[in-house]
Amino acid sequence: MKLSVWTYEGPPHVGAMRVATAMKGLHYVLHAPQGDTYADLLFTMIERRDRRPPVTYTTFQARDLGADTANLFKTACREAYERFEPEAIIVGASCTAELIQDDPGGMADTMGLPVPVIPLELPSYQRKENFGADETFFQIVRALSRPMERTARVTCNLIGPTALGFRHRDDITELTGLLLEMGVEVNVVAPYGATPGDITKLGSAHFNVLMYPETGEAACRWMERELGQPFTKTVPIGVGATRDFLREVSEIAGKPAKIDETRLRLPWYSASVDSTYLTGKRVFLFGDGTHVASAARIARDEMGFEVVGLGCYNREQARMIRSLAKDFGVDALITDDYLDVEASIEALAPEMILGTQMERHIGKRLGIPCAVISAPVHVQDFPARYSPQMGIEGANVIFDTWVHPLVMGLEEHLLHMFREDFEFHDDAGASHHGSKAVASSESTEATTRAATETPTPGNVSEMGEVIWLADAERELKRVPFFVRGKARRNTEAFAAERGLGEISVDTLYEAKAHFAR
Amino acid sequence: MNAPLSKASGCRDVPLLKERGQREVFCGLTAIVWLHRKMQDAFFLVVGSRTCAHLLQSAAGVMIFAEPRFGTAILEETDLAGMADAQAELDREVEKLLSRRPDIKRLFLVGSCPSEVIKLDLEKAAERLSGKYAPRVNVVNFSGSGIETTFTEGEDACLAAIVPDLPETDERQLIVAGALPDVVEDQMLGLLKALGIGPITVLPTTNADEPVAVGANTVFALSQPFLGETHAALTRRGARHIAAPFPFGEEGTTAWLRAIAHEFGVSEEVFDRVTAAPRDRARRAVRQASDPLQGKSVFLFPDSQLEIPLARFLTRECGMDALEVGQPYVHRDVVGPDIELIPDGPVFSEGQDVDKQLERARTSRADLTVCGLGLANPLEAEGLTTKWAIELVFTPIHFYEQAGDLAGLFARPLRRRALLKMDAPEGSLADLRGADT
Repeated sequence: MKLSVWTYEGPPHVGAMRVATAMKGLHYVLHAPQGDTYADLLFTMIERRDRRPPVTYTTFQARDLGADTANLFKTACREAYERFEPEAIIVGASCTAELIQDDPGGMADTMGLPVPVIPLELPSYQRKENFGADETFFQIVRALSRPMERTARVTCNLIGPTALGFRHRDDITELTGLLLEMGVEVNVVAPYGATPGDITKLGSAHFNVLMYPETGEAACRWMERELGQPFTKTVPIGVGATRDFLREVSEIAGKPAKIDETRLRLPWYSASVDSTYLTGKRVFLFGDGTHVASAARIARDEMGFEVVGLGCYNREQARMIRSLAKDFGVDALITDDYLDVEASIEALAPEMILGTQMERHIGKRLGIPCAVISAPVHVQDFPARYSPQMGIEGANVIFDTWVHPLVMGLEEHLLHMFREDFEFHDDAGASHHGSKAVASSESTEATTRAATETPTPGNVSEMGEVIWLADAERELKRVPFFVRGKARRNTEAFAAERGLGEISVDTLYEAKAHFAR
Repeated sequence: MNAPLSKASGCRDVPLLKERGQREVFCGLTAIVWLHRKMQDAFFLVVGSRTCAHLLQSAAGVMIFAEPRFGTAILEETDLAGMADAQAELDREVEKLLSRRPDIKRLFLVGSCPSEVIKLDLEKAAERLSGKYAPRVNVVNFSGSGIETTFTEGEDACLAAIVPDLPETDERQLIVAGALPDVVEDQMLGLLKALGIGPITVLPTTNADEPVAVGANTVFALSQPFLGETHAALTRRGARHIAAPFPFGEEGTTAWLRAIAHEFGVSEEVFDRVTAAPRDRARRAVRQASDPLQGKSVFLFPDSQLEIPLARFLTRECGMDALEVGQPYVHRDVVGPDIELIPDGPVFSEGQDVDKQLERARTSRADLTVCGLGLANPLEAEGLTTKWAIELVFTPIHFYEQAGDLAGLFARPLRRRALLKMDAPEGSLADLRGADT
């Protein structure tokens, strides 16, 4: 038993729903009690889908338990077939149905339905959502696809995009275009938008592009073995990764790597002078393994940030993330406990978080800007505009998204210039947030305090040992708010290192000189 | 003005269309989302699976609190092996929780589908833990499992679990049961006190140390229509129910207050003096807000159990025509007075077979369809105008001052549809949508 407050992943049957909902002509009969239908709203509300997920829930109740839940399943299965006439059906159990051991797969098998019925075994008490998606798609591919003649022209399948995925919709468009420029056509995209009929044609592609290892790796490995299709290992998120990806495709496809970079803006934006302020910004990364690994490379090599910590919530990617962390010289945080992530961020005190919607909330509480790079998704992660993460446009989108929460370079200089202006102080709030500015009372306060100036001790430091003298405390307040936390921590660390009991204005500037970079 | 309400039909014995099939509703665990805000020193510990945790997170919508006063003790493979083990594991998790949260005075162990199926005895656990942590923490258990409870029944199960532990009293008093937003609760207490009614206590209380007692001289009113088990539990303790329509809209609020005023012998003069101004305000507000609703039809899917009282409000105060009024289940002792007031016509359905009900909704094409979040966007995409039912649970809608807001909640989707002019004939939109994939 483990106490969980907020979770990064749902149960594995939600992963299966992500596959079923992404596809067409497939139906999922889920043995589940009333209430599990909550998962429908993830798709209809967060992703704004205009139709219900193709899922029939058997909806058993307490009074059915002693009686006949098995028959309930059979009825639901038959009615679902008659009503929706799918090309194929997947059947499985949610966490509660797993306990009553009705064997949906076995039952469906005996019903003699005229379409393929694919049983799913998703252990709800051991595994989670990403596993559920990966395993479900693998089972569908294994059941429906066969070795077949390759297409005359060089084609590939795009593997891994699902419903409720982080920008999967737009990544498909971007990759399709990139590959086409190289003369590689897309045979089938799956599961997103694919029918069971399309799955049977997977084998005619020359190779597979594994877009998201979280949800497509098991299927790609099986297709490599059984259908003789190699698959790409580079996930094309970021400029460097996109170029590497196209080189990899070139080798597999035997076509020269081609890339039209006329629309690519990240390298120049990153090199332009306004971006100087990005130099060495300390960032913390957390999310699914794939997006974190991609983001780490972009952060360091394409934005000039310093990665101070990284981790992922999906154990399936733990090994990869650990070795990546080693390369970056930081510790890997592998956890699905949100409180651990918060503690780690608090301890590392980064200037920016690249995380999930969960870290966005941590950032709000700690006053650290955050940009979202990975699922779990939120309605905000389904923008109306074209907004991929992969390829050329993906790199542009990432530059904008990451820079947006930060104060812009020129703006940062202006903040310094005006920091003592009576209209520009901490309580005034940001002008673009529409809150009404409050006039500062600090100037009057300062006069009164100056008149009664005595060496009264100021606040006790966060570490509880060092005392801030009143004038040092006042000086600290003149440091712009966005670096004040760092100034306070650095000064206190500096004082503690030297065994100082008090911090004066001199200590503050000694520390500033010490930490100057 | 004060004439008794005209009974439209004597609809009370109206036949129910009972259905059994797939239900598109939440389970009772969802009630924790509002109960934990109301009961400020309580923690709700669900003993369940990752699905339970995921449901709570999805229903709560946004993660506002780093450490909310609810959580899920997720059962793992090892817990499923042996029972003694699970009880010890639970003790350990509770110990950790209570040492980290000294502010917790009430701990609810909430049963889920998996804990019910493996027959994990949470009653025994609550007794044992209560013994261990008394008097600092009171530990109570109830079930919010989907195999036993539907959505708002979670609150019912929680309140019904509190009632047996309430101290006994002989005092003549009023209990009002049902969790209301604080602002609404204060309005309600203000009205009842102005009528000279007292002492009054509400269930649930904000804090554990607010005294609530019950006994043979207690009368109780329900502010929420889903409290059937709480009704039974209070009755078992000797209290007597004051049946009334529910306090939605001007008419419902007046009828609800009048039933209580009558029980406490409040004179007509006093009743009129206290209610005249807010009644008038409420009537004006409803008239204004309900303009887009007049003459329109409404179809209510089963969701929160508020459907029958709301259908009464919509048909009698907003000029709507109800086509179907679905409820997860119908408790006639509780909603009977509301059913009686609804004009003849609507089909009353109990339970759900969602695909069949969707077919009826498509056939009847009501001007407004009230349904859950899983159905709303798909129906909008089919051209129906919908109102999310869950908003009716999370928004203050009771009593006079919210009557206009309540009408406004239903009117907004119709106003919105009238506002949007994309200048695209339906056919071409469908073509575009087809091209998207």
